[in-house]
Amino acid sequence: MKVEKEILELSDVTVRFAGDSGDGMQLTGMQFTNTTALVGNDLSTLPDYPAEIRAPIGTTYGVSGYQLHFSSSDIQTPGDSPDVLVAMNPAALKVNIKDLKHNAYIIININAFDARNLKLAGYETNPLEDGSLEGYNIIQVPLSKQTSMALEDSGLSAKEIARCKNFFALGMMYWLYSRPYEPTMKWIKDKFKDAPLIASANEKALMAGYYFGENTELFTTRYQVEAAKLPKGVYRNISGNEALAIGFVTASVKSGLPLFLGSYPITPASDILHELSKHKNFGVRTFQAEDEIAAITASIGAAFTGALAITTTSGPGVALKTEAIGLAVMTELPIIIIDVQRGGPSTGLPTKTEQSDLQQAINGRNGEAPVVVIAPSTPAECFNMALEAARLATKYMVPVLYLSDGYIANGSEPWLIPNPDDIPEIKVKFRNEKEGFAPYLRDENLSRPWAIPGTAGLEHRLGGLEKANITGNVSYDPENHEFMVRLRAQKVKNIEKDIPELEVTGDNDANLLVIGWGGTFGSITEAVARVRNSGKKVAQAHLRYLNPFPRNTGEVLKRYKHIICPELNMGQLARFLKAEYLVDIDSFTKIQGLPFKSSEIETKIENALKGL
Amino acid sequence: MINENRKENTEAEIKYTAKDFASSQDVRWCPGCGDYAILAAMQRIAPELGIKREKMVWVSGIGCSSRFPYYMETFGMHSIHGRAPAIATGVKINNPDLSVWVASGDGDLLSIGGNHFIHACRRNIDIKILLFNNKIYGLTKGQYSPTSERGKKTKSTPYGSVDFPFNPLTLGIGAGATFVARSLDRDPKHLQSIIKRAAIHKGTSLIEIYQNCNIFNDGAFELYTEKETKADNIIILEHGKPMVFGKNMDKGIVLEGLTPKVVRIDEGKYSINDLWVHDEFDKSPAGANLLAEFQEIEGFPHPIGVIREINKTTYNEEFHSQINKVKMQKGEGDLKKLLNSGNMWTVN
Repeated sequence: MKVEKEILELSDVTVRFAGDSGDGMQLTGMQFTNTTALVGNDLSTLPDYPAEIRAPIGTTYGVSGYQLHFSSSDIQTPGDSPDVLVAMNPAALKVNIKDLKHNAYIIININAFDARNLKLAGYETNPLEDGSLEGYNIIQVPLSKQTSMALEDSGLSAKEIARCKNFFALGMMYWLYSRPYEPTMKWIKDKFKDAPLIASANEKALMAGYYFGENTELFTTRYQVEAAKLPKGVYRNISGNEALAIGFVTASVKSGLPLFLGSYPITPASDILHELSKHKNFGVRTFQAEDEIAAITASIGAAFTGALAITTTSGPGVALKTEAIGLAVMTELPIIIIDVQRGGPSTGLPTKTEQSDLQQAINGRNGEAPVVVIAPSTPAECFNMALEAARLATKYMVPVLYLSDGYIANGSEPWLIPNPDDIPEIKVKFRNEKEGFAPYLRDENLSRPWAIPGTAGLEHRLGGLEKANITGNVSYDPENHEFMVRLRAQKVKNIEKDIPELEVTGDNDANLLVIGWGGTFGSITEAVARVRNSGKKVAQAHLRYLNPFPRNTGEVLKRYKHIICPELNMGQLARFLKAEYLVDIDSFTKIQGLPFKSSEIETKIENALKGL
Repeated sequence: MINENRKENTEAEIKYTAKDFASSQDVRWCPGCGDYAILAAMQRIAPELGIKREKMVWVSGIGCSSRFPYYMETFGMHSIHGRAPAIATGVKINNPDLSVWVASGDGDLLSIGGNHFIHACRRNIDIKILLFNNKIYGLTKGQYSPTSERGKKTKSTPYGSVDFPFNPLTLGIGAGATFVARSLDRDPKHLQSIIKRAAIHKGTSLIEIYQNCNIFNDGAFELYTEKETKADNIIILEHGKPMVFGKNMDKGIVLEGLTPKVVRIDEGKYSINDLWVHDEFDKSPAGANLLAEFQEIEGFPHPIGVIREINKTTYNEEFHSQINKVKMQKGEGDLKKLLNSGNMWTVN
């Protein structure tokens, strides 16, 4: 008998899929995300997985999660607290329950709640029976059993069948949130085209889940989230790492320089290496080096010979590359160092996000070694900032440090695809004329000429020893050293004339400013919007250029009585701002390997406003 | 650095002399240093290599020998300690038309830069590495190096070093270098001929050069370079020739199974026909390894010359042929297609 079900319109939903790291939760989350993007919702995602590839099954430290926030209106973050949790086992429930909304729905795989799994998760009593889940809406689905029933004739082993249960869960969620299953069907066909048995089992599991939703009495309501009213155009869902990679391919085309990537695998930056390795038809040169140092020094060699040279890494890799960055400063070669920040120090929290490499980026070298430091604020903005990094590095013959972070690198959002014809060229000129050539000649930007090997008459030697200006001869002259140190600093400082001013949004006449940088943009923006919606006045500014700061930064800061600076570190930007502009900053920090919840920043703003 | 008096360097006919490869910089090694001889040998043979000056790139790390690029009127980079092979790799990948050379010392190449050295060899990237081996740290004023003999007394080992040294030749062969040779700073003719061979070779080339540091390790190679002792302590390898050595050419090497043996060929038991005949191009590395290890055996001469040269596709060739293949398969990259891929939807 078919149950007639009510369809309820929602504007905003946050879902989290959680299970063992081998349960395929990242894949499930990504499929749900892609389909949700196709439906036209605005969205934001937060994958959260352990550093271990396959931690012991059933334990809390092996739990992998994927959170997705989707909406019919513009959203900025993956959501503070999920409305729905899909928990594939007791450990997933245990780890995630603290994050859920008060009356959240918890869809659990009841078949996994046996004595053994409860014990592995550290439950002394069964939470389904001991009343600890009171207030939540628990939906107990025999997920494993339903999957094996659907697949009993599939010809697969019991183990293989068990691995299909994530598709059952996905199908069920598609039904529940009125999403089409066809995109995933298509994806399965393509992904498993060489394994038809597996493909057909996954398809069956997906459909079984979908129909289970339709037929079961467990669900009485079905939900719908209308498409968001985004600006017109063609969109795709994009993660920060993807946007960054294709951003540099675009920069290569727009500059006419071959893209060279020297890289050593490291979480969470490796996906950039993977992505760029696919695009050899653009002439992209990807070099997986023997270590972090070889990765950057090979890039320096490539920059010397006229490549758009980049190196991708995370904090520990930047530490290893430090000396080589100094060499690029001294030789004034354009290289771009991409640091996808993660929790530190040392190995730290490899799969978790943090903003704790700002000091390392700005100051972390021996000697006075200024580099340009920039940071994108959203996944999609990683594209534009790649173009910007390429423009600044080649125009000023200077290393650029690009600070992404694990949160925006792995998180994704809809991206309005630009027309490549509208993207300006990056003008690069190699020196050809012999007449009057010297390797450290200066142009109006204090840049030296890019004279690449192969150009007759321009033979010259670069190096890490201090150089005399203009001639480039090795020089130990005291006055020359001071002159060159100041010149290199001035060259970077001058870039403030060539970057946008710091923009202030929100209330012009506010007394309070919230200033952030990098990946905290979404959380701050949502928090500021909420406070303003309650009728209070707040201004917001977000730094994408950290060295040099935009030229009006001091002037902006001096306009406000109170400045809050939220950061995922111990207050590194706050310290730079205080030192540079002699203003008081209310540093608001979180160092848990997780992004800010908007509510945390909202509360901070509310409290600060009370004191004003 | 630029040479104010450089000659016109036209495409049509380039006739260089050694002077054309000398930069305007004053050479600043200690008087009597073996590096002078190596620089002179390089500048002297350079015009014969058929490489345009602007296409030659010298990369070095840190150490006395690493000042080398400053003195060559070519493109060059004096970089950071140990990293020359990695920088050279980036140079060669990005522009395979360049002839890329590394000048390095035993500390720079085998200690701090050991990883880059073995991985350059492993890839067979087409770069030429000149290893100035003086068995000492010179620029830091006299500490033992990874090639110093065990028991070496230096500033950092007043009671003698307890480390075992590296043998650069076995290391190079083991790591996959496709051209491995040894020469002497005191034999410029031989050194020039080896440099020329390396220049022609395609793939990672290692030339170990016995180089005297007359300040901190004077006479380290005396036995192998000085007239009186040289003949009995080195063996000059020549392809296809039996291995004979000694002041009176009365000694030779025979192979008994896998064991080399020094024998006299003037006493009737062995004749020149019994001797091991050197095969530079032997595909098996066994012989080359035996030769490279002579120096570990008491009474054996140090081999000088080309130990091994094999043909193997280079990293730079494979790297670019793969790119070309992908271009053929997928067609030249199209930005519009790249940006408009993945799951897309339209908002009207």
